[in-house]
Amino acid sequence: MNRKSDQTDATRREFIHRTLLAAGAATVAPGILLTVARAGAESEGASSDTRWGMLIDTNKCAEGCSACVDACDRENGIDLLEKPEWQSEEMWNAQRPQWIRKVKLRDRQTGEITNLPMMCQHCEFPPCVDVCPTGASFKRADGIVMVDRHICIGCRYCMMACPYKARSFVHHNVTEHTVRSPRGKGCVESCNLCAYRIDHGATTTACQDACTAEGHEAILFGDLNDPNSAVAKALKQQSSRQIRADLELNTGVRYTNV
Amino acid sequence: MRSATGIKRFASLLLGSVLLLLSAAVLSESNVTPGSKAAGLESCVAPTAEIRRYHMLYLTHDRDLTVRQGKRNIKYSLAECIDCHAAKDDKGEYIPVDAEGQFCESCHKYTAVEPLCFQCHRTVPEEKRSALGGVQGGAAGNRSLGLLLDDDEAPSLSAQEYARLHAIVGGED
Repeated sequence: MNRKSDQTDATRREFIHRTLLAAGAATVAPGILLTVARAGAESEGASSDTRWGMLIDTNKCAEGCSACVDACDRENGIDLLEKPEWQSEEMWNAQRPQWIRKVKLRDRQTGEITNLPMMCQHCEFPPCVDVCPTGASFKRADGIVMVDRHICIGCRYCMMACPYKARSFVHHNVTEHTVRSPRGKGCVESCNLCAYRIDHGATTTACQDACTAEGHEAILFGDLNDPNSAVAKALKQQSSRQIRADLELNTGVRYTNV
Repeated sequence: MRSATGIKRFASLLLGSVLLLLSAAVLSESNVTPGSKAAGLESCVAPTAEIRRYHMLYLTHDRDLTVRQGKRNIKYSLAECIDCHAAKDDKGEYIPVDAEGQFCESCHKYTAVEPLCFQCHRTVPEEKRSALGGVQGGAAGNRSLGLLLDDDEAPSLSAQEYARLHAIVGGED
């Protein structure tokens, strides 16, 4: 605000009024106010009491099935992106945003084939956050690693840093936007565990719903910190792995039978 | 010196009043969509003068709450601005709020401040695609429910769950 401006500050008087009122109230009954403030802080938003994560059973992940990828594309408006006319199909497919992708592994000695969906692993110690020069790449209190596009400058350091190749870059102008995943040219993005859905009270991600609808049930999403959640129980019973566990990132997405 | 300050003050007062008159004229042509939540309200989420002056700060503050802390029931939501303030043309189609003469553009053009919101954000209300989005208007049928309730896909949530989610998103609580 310009201090020399002689326009009335619309909120100054209101602010003084409220400050005096609050100061008065705090003098009279500090105990009551403190209780109220604490209750309000806990009632909403991402909380560090939860840590969202996933367990993926690669035995149940079917070859040739791309239900999770399609569902993710639709949920997050990725299918609304259009290939520029001048760009080759090959280049478009190599560069277009992709939050989840199917990966096929083959054991060179035995020839065993493993299929698995690969996406942001939502590390406890995410390298993408370490390298971000602006603080756009961040980890929410509930363990979801995501990009604040308002702050992202599109330098793509995080794409280089991620061991899972989970991040993608929007190279072209976007014509059709969604409320859930607003996106524009020049920002990095990646899987955010359907944060919009989760914040609105959903207990599943789009990819899990699609996988369950296909009858595979390979993806299990939930709160890793809650011992009664399905994912925590499954993790306790089965032997699971983090991909690149040697990096000690403590990933939130884990795999069985890899 | 003194007279120069006086002229400056007078000029800024004049500018302010012109701006106010202009925006008042623009608003009085009803940039509130008939039938929207705002149509039944006397003023916006805050007194009109306050919103005119501070909307950018409010929006910036609350976007950080949403993105970084996951708080979705914020007071100042850009999506809600669009829901109530996007006008409709003769055919009943929404006009983008940043189109010439529309809600955002009319003032922003005058003040020569370009809002960058719409590089990424929608300029017209959204026909909801997700199951969480709920039905818009009811006339669009199942198709508007998108991912989970498309005509060719079986719903994977129970009716009870849908009702709960719709209540959350629709703000009926």
